Amino acid sequence: MGKVTFIEHDQTEHVAEFKAGSSVMQIAVDSAIPGIDGDCGGECACGTCHVIVTNEWFSKTGTPGNEEEQMLSMTPERASTSRLGCQVVLTDEMDGMTVHLPEFQM
Amino acid sequence: MGNEPHPPYQRPPLSKNYLTGDVDQESLYLKPRSVYENAGHQLRLGVRVEQIDRDSSTISLSDQSRLQYDRLVLATGSHLRHLNAPGADLNGIHYLHDIADSEVLREQLVAGKRLVVVGGGYIGLEVAASANKKGVNVTVLEAAERLMQRVTGPEISAFFYDKHRGAGVDVRLNTAVTGFEEGDQGHVAGVTLADGGTVPADIVLVSIGVIPETALAKGAGLPCDNGIIVDEFTRTEDPAILAIGDCTRHRNLFFEKMQRLESVANAVDQARTAAATLMGEEKPYDSVPWFWSNQYDVRLQMVGLSQNHDQRVVRGSPEDKGFAVFYLREGCVIAVDAVNLPLAFLVGKTLVQQRRTINPELLEDPDTELKSLVNGRLQS
Repeated sequence: MGKVTFIEHDQTEHVAEFKAGSSVMQIAVDSAIPGIDGDCGGECACGTCHVIVTNEWFSKTGTPGNEEEQMLSMTPERASTSRLGCQVVLTDEMDGMTVHLPEFQM
Repeated sequence: MGNEPHPPYQRPPLSKNYLTGDVDQESLYLKPRSVYENAGHQLRLGVRVEQIDRDSSTISLSDQSRLQYDRLVLATGSHLRHLNAPGADLNGIHYLHDIADSEVLREQLVAGKRLVVVGGGYIGLEVAASANKKGVNVTVLEAAERLMQRVTGPEISAFFYDKHRGAGVDVRLNTAVTGFEEGDQGHVAGVTLADGGTVPADIVLVSIGVIPETALAKGAGLPCDNGIIVDEFTRTEDPAILAIGDCTRHRNLFFEKMQRLESVANAVDQARTAAATLMGEEKPYDSVPWFWSNQYDVRLQMVGLSQNHDQRVVRGSPEDKGFAVFYLREGCVIAVDAVNLPLAFLVGKTLVQQRRTINPELLEDPDTELKSLVNGRLQS
């Protein structure tokens, strides 16, 4: 078990617990965190689970793959540490991670 | 209220990752049960709503209980179109619509067995790809002259034909099914064809589409015509009753006509509109429809409806890592089908939303960056 902190665009904080192997999108939806839609259920088809990983955790999540990169490239709020939450599979090493949510999902 | 024993769940994986056993059942749930409990929402599962009595604002349930409503939302989805042909009741002939169907079919997908898929649409082809991955010998029979004819253009159909053939799936076009042959103990042994031939089969999947589930609405006297008729706020003729998703034919502001859509995106967006309507906010539904399908290593993303196009522009080629087909009508982009090219899908989404007239040469030209074709931000 571990914890991830989600910070909404208006700075509201939410903490979600996870078991290794879940995705960031899944735990956000399961914890009813506003600001992450995950409309396609995690098939990397919709781009509605954009998160911005805090710099110090980005080495743990790694960089987006080619198709994820294309999805992110059209997001106006794209940051250098942006990821799609459905493509970030949580490991025990990510316990304590903080991610920010954009103002709008695509 | 749901007649299945499961909490609301994602159906797309039923023909893909769930069918192959790569994800577990809980991962399909839209939300874990605790989210409903914490919100004070009661889930009544495994119970069927038998009737709506609008005069008394009550619904009758299959467990003989009744429930009063102030507002009612119908999200009854669709039911399978069945194939009426001799032998259609034989054992081993499957349909795929819910978790139970997917689990039964999964048990049958054993390497070396022969699966015949009747119908070359999204579901049939996704199952073909999943079964092929399991080492099952797959044959796909499609009555039309190309795959996914109802939803895509000839370039995409041809690409998927080649993809399936290349993977070892025997795809037969222009092939109508007339019935099923019986083998031992009432089990299917083969599929008979209009040309007189037979395809031997251990397992058959019939995937020939769905029909909107309108019985409950019809029984309550609500207007239905190829779906429950709703306005852009998801209201039926009775303002106390809303309807959303595959079961509806809705007034679509984007297409300026009545439209029925079978898609997750439509279901989710209509649900948001319904929630707003229930809360007294008028937020009309005007989303551009979009769809996706995963088969093998191919991600197909589609936006808009291509049926009435008068011009197609292909960007890239099927030999490339990704390519896309832009569908235009009177110079305006009305739909895009993108294969392993999410950028074209997203750019297309904006072009379709904005009803943009665009020089087809720019769409085709590899030196024109896709991103440069859209001005301003994507709509949220």
